[in-house]
Amino acid sequence: MALLSVDNVTKRFGGLVANQSISFDVGDNELLAVIGPNGAGKTTLFNLISGFFPPTSGTVRFDGRDITGQPSHKVAAAGLVRTYQLVQLFSQLTVAENVEIGSHRVTRGGVGGALFRPDWFRREERSVREGARELLHFVGLEGQADLPADKLPYGRQRLLEVARALAAKPRLLLLDEPAAGLNTQETEALADVITRIHRGGTTIILIEHDMSLVMKIAQRIVVLDFGKKIAEGTPAEIRAHPDVIAAYLGGTEVVDA
Amino acid sequence: MTSRVTTFTEPAALRWQSVSPAAGAAMLAVLGLLSSDYVTTVLGFAFIYAIFCTGLNFFMGYTGQASFGQSAFAAIGGYGSAILCTDLGWDPVLALFATMALSGVAAVIVGYPTLRLRGHYLAMATFALGLIVYEITIEWTSLTQGYMGYAGIPPLGIVGFELPTVKHQLVALVVLALFGVAVANRLRRSRFGRALAAIAGSEPAALALGIDVARYKLIAFVIAAIYASAAGSLFAHFVGFISPEVFGVTMVVQSFTMLYLGGIGTVWGPMIGAVIVSVLPEALRGLKEMQDIAYSAILILVLIFVPRGLAGLSSLFARFRRNTEPL
Repeated sequence: MALLSVDNVTKRFGGLVANQSISFDVGDNELLAVIGPNGAGKTTLFNLISGFFPPTSGTVRFDGRDITGQPSHKVAAAGLVRTYQLVQLFSQLTVAENVEIGSHRVTRGGVGGALFRPDWFRREERSVREGARELLHFVGLEGQADLPADKLPYGRQRLLEVARALAAKPRLLLLDEPAAGLNTQETEALADVITRIHRGGTTIILIEHDMSLVMKIAQRIVVLDFGKKIAEGTPAEIRAHPDVIAAYLGGTEVVDA
Repeated sequence: MTSRVTTFTEPAALRWQSVSPAAGAAMLAVLGLLSSDYVTTVLGFAFIYAIFCTGLNFFMGYTGQASFGQSAFAAIGGYGSAILCTDLGWDPVLALFATMALSGVAAVIVGYPTLRLRGHYLAMATFALGLIVYEITIEWTSLTQGYMGYAGIPPLGIVGFELPTVKHQLVALVVLALFGVAVANRLRRSRFGRALAAIAGSEPAALALGIDVARYKLIAFVIAAIYASAAGSLFAHFVGFISPEVFGVTMVVQSFTMLYLGGIGTVWGPMIGAVIVSVLPEALRGLKEMQDIAYSAILILVLIFVPRGLAGLSSLFARFRRNTEPL
């Protein structure tokens, strides 16, 4: 059974139809990319899936449960964790603290635990700190753990956001244009990180503009244009799809890039 | 100003930074004990405000929300303790806990609808809360005795054992304020405290990580209210008399000055700010008519040159020492 199924989802903003009857499934441990020109409705689709706002009609099912219209923190608590197109770090906190906050979903300490510090609480805090160190190592930020997050160069802020999302041990990770604004080396480092996350067993949906990145790492691609799904298939199929070429790629030179 | 100093440096520096303000508070207490009752009283007010501000810091510093109405909960604490101890003969400590609980419940009831608001709207709504409670303390004369105020409130004490002099009470207030800071420090350094910091940093990011933003804001608001209530009760016992003006807008302005001067979002900032803002006008008394001008000038200079507040100075100093150590 699919881990995520988006069924006939429509979102209207007044007269504008941002998403129109979109359906697709994502299987366990798949790496799916959603592509499309600017304004095609990709981020709207992510917002619907992650509970940021409810769809006008249609349903979203995650892990067999109907999560349509649930508030975003509940969707996240269920294991569907997203990142944002514009980096949303806790900029005043350190790099390590950012990742530690990420583990909120998989820990349980509350006010009582914090006040009386029983054994389980201290064990949990220790594992949160150790987990954060490991994740920083995983994305290559171990040397900057104690730096304020906003002092990181932009490309590394992206990696930090991914590490923070990983600390939540997501079952499904939504990455909204993680390579936006990155240079070639940074994009390569990111592609490597995404591939390793995927190999580690996490299901990923990726919105991306960088075609070479998408073609290299995605197993399956969904193409949106003007709010509609116009194609779905493997990278090879999408590359050859006439509608996709017309709507989005515009020419073979982009694909070859 | 949204600066928050929450960087975790190495343990040695951390210990140095957290022990020295406590030692400073203890020294102030000793100083207060050796001075006239007047000085002792000023310091007593300072530590009552330290408790109030430490609570406010949960909501404004750690969680990054604005509340102009915390004085309402101080009023609940102050009037609650006054009525329970004077008319009903309750033990002060029992009244203290009872009014703290009452304030917590009131904060849940008020906060649940109000905390849906953000930024300026939240500031306005909480400001209204302060004004409403102020009006109640004036108008509900059968309960609060209106402008006349409540007199004859017994001093702080435990099960019949009263603290007879202001000096005894100062010691109790310093101990309670340090306890309040210790609790705040424990809460900040935990999953709970991190969730609050996440909300201050970015609400969308907090939501995306599964943090129930509305719930945590409410808890921070309730904690701030409980501290404010305790401060109100302690004020009532310390002075022995309360009237509506005590918990008016002045209290809000005072506490904001303390919070920003001391360092909002830091563990020790509220106490440092409370002590300095309370003591400074008294220290400048010799300047006579220039007193207010000197006071304002000092506040402005501090905010210009140490925008993160005085609590940030110690870490600056620690960094300076590290950088100048010979290789």
